[in-house]
Amino acid sequence: MKTKLYDIAHSRAGDKGNTLTLSLIPYDESDYELLCSTITAQKVKEHLKEIVQDEIIRYELPNIASLLFVCKNALLTGVTTSLAIDTHGKSLSYALLEMEIETI
Amino acid sequence: MKRNNLLRIGCGAGFSGDRLEPSVVLLKQADLDYLVLECLAERTIALAQKRKAQDTSKGYDPLLEKRMRLYLPLLKKHNTRLITNMGAANPVAAANKIIEIAKELGIKIKVAAVTGDDVLDKISIHEIALETNEPLYKSGELISANAYLGADALLPALQSDADVIITGRVADPSLFVAPIVHEFGWDLNNHNLVGQATVIGHLMECAGQITGGYFAEPVKKKVEQMATLGHPFADISFNGEATISKVKGTGGIINLATAKEQLLYEVTNPYEYVTPDVIADFTQVHLKETAKDHVLATGGSGKAKPSTLKVSVGYKAGFIGEGEISYAGSIALERAKLAGEIIHERLYNDFNELRIDYIGYNSTHRITFGNTAIPYEIRLRVAAKATDAETAAIVGEEVEALYTNGPAGGGGVRKNINEVIGIVSVLIDRKKIQSSITFRET
Repeated sequence: MKTKLYDIAHSRAGDKGNTLTLSLIPYDESDYELLCSTITAQKVKEHLKEIVQDEIIRYELPNIASLLFVCKNALLTGVTTSLAIDTHGKSLSYALLEMEIETI
Repeated sequence: MKRNNLLRIGCGAGFSGDRLEPSVVLLKQADLDYLVLECLAERTIALAQKRKAQDTSKGYDPLLEKRMRLYLPLLKKHNTRLITNMGAANPVAAANKIIEIAKELGIKIKVAAVTGDDVLDKISIHEIALETNEPLYKSGELISANAYLGADALLPALQSDADVIITGRVADPSLFVAPIVHEFGWDLNNHNLVGQATVIGHLMECAGQITGGYFAEPVKKKVEQMATLGHPFADISFNGEATISKVKGTGGIINLATAKEQLLYEVTNPYEYVTPDVIADFTQVHLKETAKDHVLATGGSGKAKPSTLKVSVGYKAGFIGEGEISYAGSIALERAKLAGEIIHERLYNDFNELRIDYIGYNSTHRITFGNTAIPYEIRLRVAAKATDAETAAIVGEEVEALYTNGPAGGGGVRKNINEVIGIVSVLIDRKKIQSSITFRET
């Protein structure tokens, strides 16, 4: 069965220059392992290929059962000079949550 | 400290334009030792430098006067000290303004202004920007350069009897690290304690973001009383353990989920969160809900601070011109796209960067992930960058001209021009930075 990440996890976007940060936090901590095994940096890169131009680094934080994706060159030069509507990329947390995953 | 071995610090603002009244609630009802207001984004200080250049008595936060009129009587009444970076580009002018307001209100007060972050005369235009790998002069004409000062710059002010400590560019968590280190008499070289204090500062600095504000949504993350959202305060023990909560009866929520979102917010490496005080490690942080709206944070640690400080450099980056127009009803998207094509044909030769967005369809994420539902109405937005304001104005003028030149049924044109201030960073040897304190008294 396919489900959206939105159904099992929440996220907040942050910006540092032209770098976008996206947390991924399961509502139920027991889904952390599922997220670790399925939501790889490569998978996120594929999902956000129109948005993130360079590499994505994934950090695992088992203490708080959360993942963090650090996406380089993702904000069309960054908050001060971008022509985009959402110059911070604050709305992009919900772009990550659009990803579909297979669940049992 | 008002409580035995328990330091209480509230955060009443997470950015310059934040709501005014959550601080009033904190001051009246939380019996704080310290109130922190974090009001200075990277771009904000560059804008403030421009105001200072026009008038040497200006250059501080535009809401300073409004906030101080509200807060000064309460700060004095409840014996709470204020720490804020609302000094922006001109902390001494801000201190003068605060004294002026205090005199008017008949309040006896001492203000300490922390300076030394302005390093425009200490950097060379030939230094390489971290973001672009090019010399600074290639970005554009420089208008500001502010080093991120750390907690050490605030300590002499805290050791005085100043009621208000007002700064310019200081790393956000350092606004919290300073009073914690001061009150518990910690050594700034105790990296684990300073790392934990940095975690506390990071959790607190965005105010309503940890009390369920920016966290909330109406389906999966319901939060009560959003219109009267409370801002947080932390109760910190001598060993660094901190419980974050809010005033009873205020809106919002503090739980594991809100704390996790905030802990990871804007973190680019959780093993090495670099500040002027420490390189903090967030990966061993433990969060625990101890009661309703109470989260205990422990386990922050760190290693020695870097030998350099980050400098945020503002430069003139030209102007952005924008124009918007709405289309609704039958084939709204097609009509908006026709309008977009017309604008593109007329403008693409004159602008290097021209952006055409269809608001309501694909503008925000720039991709729709296969969601193709056609909305009833669409707003066309055109944006372009130019080196001068006159050229940038053409964007809005061209959108406005769609009124008579078509397509049909376009309405509600808005146009504007914004000066753009770009931000890049360089590193500076911290030995080159000498911070100082200026006192003002009523």
